[in-house]
Amino acid sequence: MDVFGSFALLLAFVCAVYAFAGGIAAIITRHPLLVKSTRQAGMATCGLIFLATFSLEYLFFTDNFSIAYVVSHSNRDLSTFYKIAALWSGMEGSLLFWSLLLAIYVLSVLITYRNKNGELMPYVGVVMAGVQLFFLTLNNFVESPFKALATPGAGGVLSFITRADGNGLNPLLQYPEMVIHPPNLYSGYTGFTIPFAFALGALLARYPGEKWIHLTRKWTMIAWMFQSLGILLGAHWAYAVLGWGGYWGWDPVENASLLPWLSGTAFLHSVMMQEKRGMMKVWNVWLVFCTFLLCILGTFLTRSGVVSSVHAFAQSNIGGWFVAFMGITLAVCLFAYLKNRDYLASENQLDSVISRESSFLFNNLLFLVACIAVLSGTLFPVFSEWITGNRISVGAPYFNRVNIPVGLLILFLTGVGPLLAWRKTSRESLKRNFGWPLLAGLVVGAVAFVFGFRAFYSLASLFLCLFVASTILLEFYRGAKVIRARSGASFAACAIDLTMRNTRRYGGYIIHMGMVFVFIGLAGAAFNRDVQKSMQMGDSMQIGPYTLALQTADTKPEKNYTAERLVVEVLHGNKPMMMLFPEKRHFVTNQENGTMVAIYSTLKEDLYVVYAGTDPDTNLPVLHAFLNPLVKWIWFGGVTVVFGTLIALLPNRRSVLVLAPASQHAVEPLPHGVVASPILREGHD
Amino acid sequence: MKRQAKFGVGIGIIVIALAFLAWLGYGESKTYYHTIAELQTLSGSARTQRMRVAGTVQDGSIRHLSGRVDFVLRGEGKTLPVSYIGTDPLPDTFKDKAQALVEGRPGADGRFVAEHVQAKCASKYEAAPGGDTKGAAAGSSERSSM
Repeated sequence: MDVFGSFALLLAFVCAVYAFAGGIAAIITRHPLLVKSTRQAGMATCGLIFLATFSLEYLFFTDNFSIAYVVSHSNRDLSTFYKIAALWSGMEGSLLFWSLLLAIYVLSVLITYRNKNGELMPYVGVVMAGVQLFFLTLNNFVESPFKALATPGAGGVLSFITRADGNGLNPLLQYPEMVIHPPNLYSGYTGFTIPFAFALGALLARYPGEKWIHLTRKWTMIAWMFQSLGILLGAHWAYAVLGWGGYWGWDPVENASLLPWLSGTAFLHSVMMQEKRGMMKVWNVWLVFCTFLLCILGTFLTRSGVVSSVHAFAQSNIGGWFVAFMGITLAVCLFAYLKNRDYLASENQLDSVISRESSFLFNNLLFLVACIAVLSGTLFPVFSEWITGNRISVGAPYFNRVNIPVGLLILFLTGVGPLLAWRKTSRESLKRNFGWPLLAGLVVGAVAFVFGFRAFYSLASLFLCLFVASTILLEFYRGAKVIRARSGASFAACAIDLTMRNTRRYGGYIIHMGMVFVFIGLAGAAFNRDVQKSMQMGDSMQIGPYTLALQTADTKPEKNYTAERLVVEVLHGNKPMMMLFPEKRHFVTNQENGTMVAIYSTLKEDLYVVYAGTDPDTNLPVLHAFLNPLVKWIWFGGVTVVFGTLIALLPNRRSVLVLAPASQHAVEPLPHGVVASPILREGHD
Repeated sequence: MKRQAKFGVGIGIIVIALAFLAWLGYGESKTYYHTIAELQTLSGSARTQRMRVAGTVQDGSIRHLSGRVDFVLRGEGKTLPVSYIGTDPLPDTFKDKAQALVEGRPGADGRFVAEHVQAKCASKYEAAPGGDTKGAAAGSSERSSM
C-alpha cells in the first residue's frame, strides 16, 4: 500500500505539471481540446491525491510499522478515532493533508464551473495547479509520508526493518478537538487559495467587471468560516488540554492562524465597496494576495519551526522551499499587477467621513494594523536576529496593548458601519439608528461603573457590546415589524422570514452578534483569578464562592494510558454541589504525560481545576484552580458566527408576501437614506 | 481636498496612537534569547537582562531542594547551572536528557535563576532509528503562561 500511495502521489505530481504547463499553453493557443484536457488533468490530480491519502490511512489502520511515519505517530492500542487524526499529527502527513483539502476545493471549483466562465477558468486552473504543484513537490520529493523505516547497517548500507509497535501519538493530540481542529484550520488555510486563484486569474485575464468577486464570495466565506472555527477550536483545545487556564497565549502558531483571518475578514468587507461603488479595486486584489501569502506563511511557521524553535523545538529543512514559493508567488502577483494595473482603476471617490464607504475604509485600516502588529510581533525574533544579531522575542503585553484597542474600535464599527448610508448619512438617520443603542450602552456602562466595575477596557467592551447588540436587534425588530404589518405573523416568524429574504445582510448581522458574544467572553479575562495549593487528602481551598475539597486520589488504567485522578468535591457556600476529576495521564508507549482539566462551565464563569503536579518538597499533589468569568460566551459566539455564515451562504428566498398588500398603509414611511424596508432591499446587498 | 485631509488626520491619529502602544508593549515584554555559549561572553547591562536560554538537561543533574530545583543545562559543549525558583510545578516532560527552555536572569554567582521552565521530552524521537527524527508535533506543544 505504501508503494501504491507513493505512485499515486507521483502521478498526481505529473498530472499537476500537465495541468499547469498545458494550462498556460491552452491560454496562449486557445485550443478547446487543450483547455478541456488540462481541466481533466486538474481533476485527475485531485483524484490521485485522494488515493494517496487513503493509502496512508490504510497503513495506519493496518498497523504497518515498517513505515517511518506510522511508527512515529501511531501504535497498536491507539483508538480508531485517533488513527484518523494521526494523518495530520506530523510534518509529512499534514503536508499531504494540505494537498488533500486543497484537492477537495480545486475539484469542486473545476466541476462547478466546468461549462461556465470559459474566458476566466483556464487562468484560474493554472493558478490552482501551480499551488498544488508546490505542495505535491513537497509531498513527493521533500517530505514523503511513505518512507520505509530503515536503519544504517554495516558498511553504511540501509536495511529495512519493521517494528513490533509504534511510538504512539503525542498525548497532547489525543483529545477529541484535535481530531476536528486541524481539519478546520487547514480547510481555512487551503480555502483561501480559491479566491486567490480567481483574483489573480481575473487580473491576468483582464476579466471584465466585478464578476470574479461574485464568483468567489461563497468560496471566501466558506474558507473564512473554517478559519474562524479552526481558530476557536484551537483556543478551546489550548484551554482544555494545556492546563494553564487561558485560551490564547500569542504563541507564534496561534498568531499564524490569526493573520489570514484578519486579512480575510478585511477582504470580506472591502469587496462590498467594489461591488457597490466600484472602489478599492487595487486594495481588494492585494488583500486576497496577502491573505493567500499569509496562509502559506502560517503553514510555514507552524511546520518549519523558524520562529517557534525558540520554544517548540521543531526544526526542518522545508523552510527554504516555503520562502522560495512565497517569493515566486509575490513576484507573479507583482508582475500581474504592474502589467494590468490600469484595469483596476477606481470608479468613484470618497464623499463623506460619515458614510458606509468610510466605515469600510476604517474597518480595513484597523484590520490591517492588527495584522501588521501581530505579524511583526511574531516574526520579531527572526528580524531582530538578522538586524542586530540578538534574538529578541516580544510577549503578550506587546500584542495586547495594540490589539485590545484595535479590537474595540472594530467592535464599534461593527455596530455603526452597517447602518450608515452609502455616500453620506444624514443627521436624522444617525439619531434614529443610534439614539436608543447609545443610551442602552451608556446606562448599562454607568450602572456597572457605579457598582465598582473599573477596568477601562472591560467597561468599554461592555458598553460597546450593548451598543452593537442593540443596533442589531433594532434592525431585526424594524424589519420584522414591516413584515408583520403585512402578514400579521408572530415576530419570530417575521424575523426568520426577513432573514431568509436577504440572507447576506441578516446572516451578516448574526455573525456580528456572534462577535459581540466573543467580545463579552474576552472582556471577562480581566477578572480571572487563580489559586494554587499543595493539598493533603481532606484539605480544602477557596476560590471565589467555591470551596474545593480533595477527597481522594485514584489510578485508572485505560487502553492506551494510565490515568492518575484526583477526586475533588466542589462546595458552593458550604453546600455540596458536584465532583470534579482533574487527571494526569501517563502514556505507556512513549513515556509521556498529558493533563485533563476538569471544567465546570456556566455562562457566568468557568471553574477550571488542574492537577498541576507534585510538590517536590512534600510529595503532595498540587491543585491549581482558576475562576475565569464569561469564557463560555466565546465558544457560544463562535457557534453563532458559524451559524450566521451558513445563513449568509443560503440563496435569498423570493418574497411572496409583497403580493398581499392588505394593510400596506400601516407601514410607516422611512426617511430617505436610512435602511429602507427589507422588502425593497431584495437581492445582493 | 478638505475631505481628504480629514481622512488623513483620522488615519494618522489612529496609526500613531497604536504605534505608541506597540512601543510600550515592546518595552514591557521584550526577552532576549541566548545560547549557553553566548551567555558567558555577555557583559554590562546585557548580562542582567531578562532572557531565555535553551539546552539539554544533563543526566542526573536534577536536584529538588526546598523552595527551588537545581539542574544543569548543556548545549554546544558548555554547561550552565540553573536554579528554578518559580511557583508552578515543573512540567511532566522535564526530566533527564529533555530539551528545556528556561526564562529568567543570570545570577551573580554564575547560576541562572529561572522563573519559567518549559521542556520537551526528546526520548520519543531518538527511539526511532533512522526514522523520523524531526519530531514536529502539530501545533505548539509548549507554551508560556503569559
